[in-house]
Amino acid sequence: MAEYIIKNGFVFDPVQGIKGEKSDVAIKDGKIVKDVSKSAKVIDAAGKTVMAGAVEIHAHIAGPKVNLGRIYRPEDKLFTCTPTKGIERTGSGNSIPSTFKTGYEYAKMGYTTCMEAAMPPMFSRHVHEEIRDTPIIDEGAFPVFGNNWFVMEYLKNNEVENTAAYIAWLLRATKGYAVKVVNPGGTEAWGWGLNCLSINDPVPYFDITPAEIVKGLIEANEYLGLPHSMHIHPNNLGNPGCYQTTLDTLNLAEGYKAKNKFGREQVMHITHMQFHSYGGENWGNFESKATEIMNYVNSHKNLTMDTGNVTLDETTTMTADGPFEHHLTGLNHLKWANCDVELETAAGVVPYIYSPDIKVCAIQWSIGLELALLAKDPMRCFITTDHPNAGPFTRYPRVFKWLMSKKARDERLNTFKNADKVIAASTLGSIDREITLYELAQMTRAGPAKSLGLANICGGLKPGMDADVAVYDFNPDKPLADPEMIETAFSRAAYVFKSGVQVVTHGDIVSIGNKRTLWVDVKVNDNPQVMRDIKEKFLKYYSMTQANYESLGHHFVPNPFALEVDATQV
Amino acid sequence: MKNSPALYLETENICPDEFAGKTAAQIAELHVYEGNTKSTLGKYFEISGDAGATAGETKIVVKGDVTKVKYIGMKMSAGEIVIDGSTDLYAGAWMTGGKMTVRGNIQAFAATGMKGGELIIEGNAGNYLGAAYRGDWRGMSGGKILVKGNAGSDVGMYMAGGEMVINGDVDVHLMTHAEGGKIIVKGNAPSKVAGQMVEGEVIIFGTIDVMMPGFKYVDDVDLEIEGVTAKFAHYIGDTGERHKKRKGQMVYGNLYQKI
Repeated sequence: MAEYIIKNGFVFDPVQGIKGEKSDVAIKDGKIVKDVSKSAKVIDAAGKTVMAGAVEIHAHIAGPKVNLGRIYRPEDKLFTCTPTKGIERTGSGNSIPSTFKTGYEYAKMGYTTCMEAAMPPMFSRHVHEEIRDTPIIDEGAFPVFGNNWFVMEYLKNNEVENTAAYIAWLLRATKGYAVKVVNPGGTEAWGWGLNCLSINDPVPYFDITPAEIVKGLIEANEYLGLPHSMHIHPNNLGNPGCYQTTLDTLNLAEGYKAKNKFGREQVMHITHMQFHSYGGENWGNFESKATEIMNYVNSHKNLTMDTGNVTLDETTTMTADGPFEHHLTGLNHLKWANCDVELETAAGVVPYIYSPDIKVCAIQWSIGLELALLAKDPMRCFITTDHPNAGPFTRYPRVFKWLMSKKARDERLNTFKNADKVIAASTLGSIDREITLYELAQMTRAGPAKSLGLANICGGLKPGMDADVAVYDFNPDKPLADPEMIETAFSRAAYVFKSGVQVVTHGDIVSIGNKRTLWVDVKVNDNPQVMRDIKEKFLKYYSMTQANYESLGHHFVPNPFALEVDATQV
Repeated sequence: MKNSPALYLETENICPDEFAGKTAAQIAELHVYEGNTKSTLGKYFEISGDAGATAGETKIVVKGDVTKVKYIGMKMSAGEIVIDGSTDLYAGAWMTGGKMTVRGNIQAFAATGMKGGELIIEGNAGNYLGAAYRGDWRGMSGGKILVKGNAGSDVGMYMAGGEMVINGDVDVHLMTHAEGGKIIVKGNAPSKVAGQMVEGEVIIFGTIDVMMPGFKYVDDVDLEIEGVTAKFAHYIGDTGERHKKRKGQMVYGNLYQKI
């Protein structure tokens, strides 16, 4: 493989503690190395910012509900199609881009590893087919467990070991990466026309509470020692006053310690916290509770989170939180699609317009930024838009601009239609902090990589790590004349390397690289009971056979990269 | 038009906003698509005269057979277009201002998502006139449309504002899902008039073969419509649909049929 040396850039690498020093990054055989030979190709990064490839910890970019969004929103493709260009294939869609466009857009912004945040296990084959067709970026997918019949039946009897054995089986069958929980119990309750809005609402028939599901899954996750922690979308998303449910959920992690060989320290990752930080009793007195939430997160080292920043765009919401989407269509009267996945989960899809002229939307925008700016440890708070729920991932550079420039965000805050009310509903206006490039590298590279258990593989520029490198036309030594320069620079990287292959040059795709599917292969001791239960459920309840369930072989996972976990000795 | 295309031609650049400030030679260089092949307006059209400095000062007259030409006047904001014949899909779609006159017939999806301006069709209009784009919920929200002949089905689907007058008949599904706006039909409407209408007004001078069951007769009223005073039966609906309350009163869609 080719050798490269990226010379004289301003390097930001939290893994090695490099804070903008001018130095060189050497690449050989797909890895970062100390030195390269004289024949290495030189990339001149003088006056530019150099970081590791960014790591996306939570986005909805592959699978049936994403595709349902694509199918039922032809208007999302209107005027957003991109023609073929060089080796780039055509693309379409804005909030739900086609697979090819998804891969290209992430790569052009310097992202090289992305996680699909909710894989319905039964449709893992579809998820993997889309992942396969998303070029360049390494991807993993989180199967959802929070409303799964097996999990609820085992945890009702406190059978952590059986839950763990089932998780190990399912991760292998679906080529999954982590344990995802969406509205624990609530989506199953939705099958009865109900929901779980607090952590103590019992799930009908199963007679288990969200609190028991969450604690049980944390225990099973740590029993196995998985690379990532339990990854949760808590109950009561998006409702005024929901922050109390969020605090109750965070509190469930109290006393648990991470146990794994991947360097992960948290036992719970809370996703799109913005949607879970609402105060007030109704939409009229709706307000931010970001301060309360961040006080808790800052003082509890066993938690990580991502923001879920609202970008003020027209987008498509989609979640395995079926009841929430039904609630949302009642609010905005736009079209609603719903899908139940037998025994496992469900999903809903509704278009949404985050209008700057609507007070609630502007406050949601404030909360997302507030959370990131109140985070004391950028290694535990990551930037996302919960793509496409709070906004398309292509808006990351704009979110960076708001976080890195008080001028830019105050300009936006002060020109909202209901500016006075919006400013009064959060503390954003009084926050002076501007995220530095080093902190940005923590929040978008080193932090999420560590949380995912990938700290030795990506998210940094230490010799031995994968050569995922992004070079931006951004000179941190020059005073920032215009905050727009941040958005421009991070929208289109000057150069991007993915596992040592140059994939982007001056914002254009030059190679589709060597895309891999990340999954977690857990060895557990034989558990005849769980194997029998699985067999029985397929015979009695599933509409497909067990033999047709697994994602396997070249078709679904053509280039796998398995993280091995041995849980036979615990 | 001097060379007719083998496939349908996409010409969203035939628009005062695009022509403004350009000479005939520069206009001839504007791109068009025939299938997936990009070429120039000049390949198909003979262009004479220069555009005005602004869109508002620009008048475009399109001559020849443009029945295989789509998107004329798309997104126009000002100025004038006259099509001296019939044209294909999406004419005047998303227009926000100015005036477009079609001397012949117009195909489907004309004035999709129209926000303002004026569209006059001297012949017949196709389906989905002033409707929303496929999958979208934002139909015509402003401006005026006059059809001197008949119009097709799904006219004014998801209409939210503006006014339409159709001198002839319409086909099924008039003003489905409408949330505002007004349509006057001088002729007949077969069935499925204003289904799922949330708000808006529809006036039919002729017959309705089958009234939607969600519409409820209220009373007879005298109305002056387009200079004609007559008695109309007043219905409200669609009662199966959600409705807003204004000043404590439920707001329904209104349907008037000449008695």
